[in-house]
Amino acid sequence: MAITISKNKSARGILKQVQEISGVDLSVCYQCKKCTSGCPVSSMAKCPPSEMMRRLHLGLGDELLNSDILWMCVSCETCSARCPMGIDVAAVMDALRKLACERGAVKPDGNVPLFNQAFLKTVEVFGRSYDIAMIAAYKLGSGKLMADIEKFPTMLKKRKIALLPPRGADRKTVRRIFKNTKEEGAGQ
Amino acid sequence: MKYAYFPGCSAESTARDMHQSTLAVANALGIQLVEPRGWTCCGATAGHQTDRILAVALPAATLVKVKDMGLDLVVNCAACYNRMKVANHEIATNREVRGKVAEAVGRDYDGSVKVRHLLEVLLDDVGADAIRKALHNSLTGMKVASYYGCLLVRPNEVTGFDDPENPSSLDRLVTAMGGTALEWPHKVECCGGGLSMSRTDVVVNLTDSIVGMAKLAGADCIAVSCPMCQINLDMRQLDIAKSKGNRYDTPVLYITQLLGLCLGIAPQRLGLNKLMISPAKVVKAIAAA
Repeated sequence: MAITISKNKSARGILKQVQEISGVDLSVCYQCKKCTSGCPVSSMAKCPPSEMMRRLHLGLGDELLNSDILWMCVSCETCSARCPMGIDVAAVMDALRKLACERGAVKPDGNVPLFNQAFLKTVEVFGRSYDIAMIAAYKLGSGKLMADIEKFPTMLKKRKIALLPPRGADRKTVRRIFKNTKEEGAGQ
Repeated sequence: MKYAYFPGCSAESTARDMHQSTLAVANALGIQLVEPRGWTCCGATAGHQTDRILAVALPAATLVKVKDMGLDLVVNCAACYNRMKVANHEIATNREVRGKVAEAVGRDYDGSVKVRHLLEVLLDDVGADAIRKALHNSLTGMKVASYYGCLLVRPNEVTGFDDPENPSSLDRLVTAMGGTALEWPHKVECCGGGLSMSRTDVVVNLTDSIVGMAKLAGADCIAVSCPMCQINLDMRQLDIAKSKGNRYDTPVLYITQLLGLCLGIAPQRLGLNKLMISPAKVVKAIAAA
């Protein structure tokens, strides 16, 4: 597939930052496209994983952080498992997501970053995830109030979702971890 | 056989049935499971999608508690298992990560706790023969599609679980229970995992393909060992029917629920009422076999 790069691309590529955050050497990628062949969402995304790798090589910058695949990627790691050069493609995707959040890339469909925040917030507060609080925060923030609403009565009846917040977790250590990793400029 | 046991957060919510059936089966087979005091969330997908150190420090907080217990750690949730294994690997192989994690957790941890999936304990420590001898009922005449998903088998150099492209652990248990383990091509395809709420469209596409393939292979039910796989393959069948018109009605059971039934444990002790697609046909067939 021909890759077209706009002349007015950002002045600075993000290859170096991605390699630093992920600890992965991307230079060994020779575009065999095994990652894309096995990727469960490559047919739904505009830019499949192998093309993301190539665009990084070609010096693309922050515009790459708006790619839809970043938040369609299911972190199944099939790409990493099958790469003949042992590139951890999934770690590259994590690094790109981290940069996308830090640099305020466009909000993706479904707002996965908001979901992740809502999930982690309950962990930070309770030491374990708390589905009802997470779902409420995500629904309010994303405006997807009616999604899955018809399943709620059945799930409650089946006690498939806990009403009370989790108890017994070592909340102190978990809060310490969140505080520390936020201060560190969010880790790496 | 005594182990530390990490239930995982979903054991208290959407996967209470996985937890209940794990405890019931362990009890029946003489496996003693002890929860580490104050265990905390592994961070799941949201953790590693957010920050590498956070993603290692969260599981390490529990692993260091298990280290004090001096026991191997058994995990049934595939996602928690994966995060625990990755944390151990990162800490043991990267000094910088180990240092930062020690600072975050408040204690140094060397990555040495042995983390094992319940399937590994059932097959390697208990053994198929002992399981066969303990059975009251069997899966005779039942065709089971074993679904492994992603997080047990990948990354294989870290989890070391089974064969990454064609695993057989679940199949071996199904065979030990007298059932027919189907050969089918979607054993390690992804169900969409944690995108269930945020990108339901993606998950519906992926689960449609997986459940559809299981049905095509002639499956009476699907056996899983991960709460995300279970809820996606089970609950999303309702959405597949609505948005795509494909009706499968294929029950998706935890392997511990199938094993529990075969060990003669009452269905209500295995949380079978929690499944969205009724497992009544499966329960009836096991009782009749």
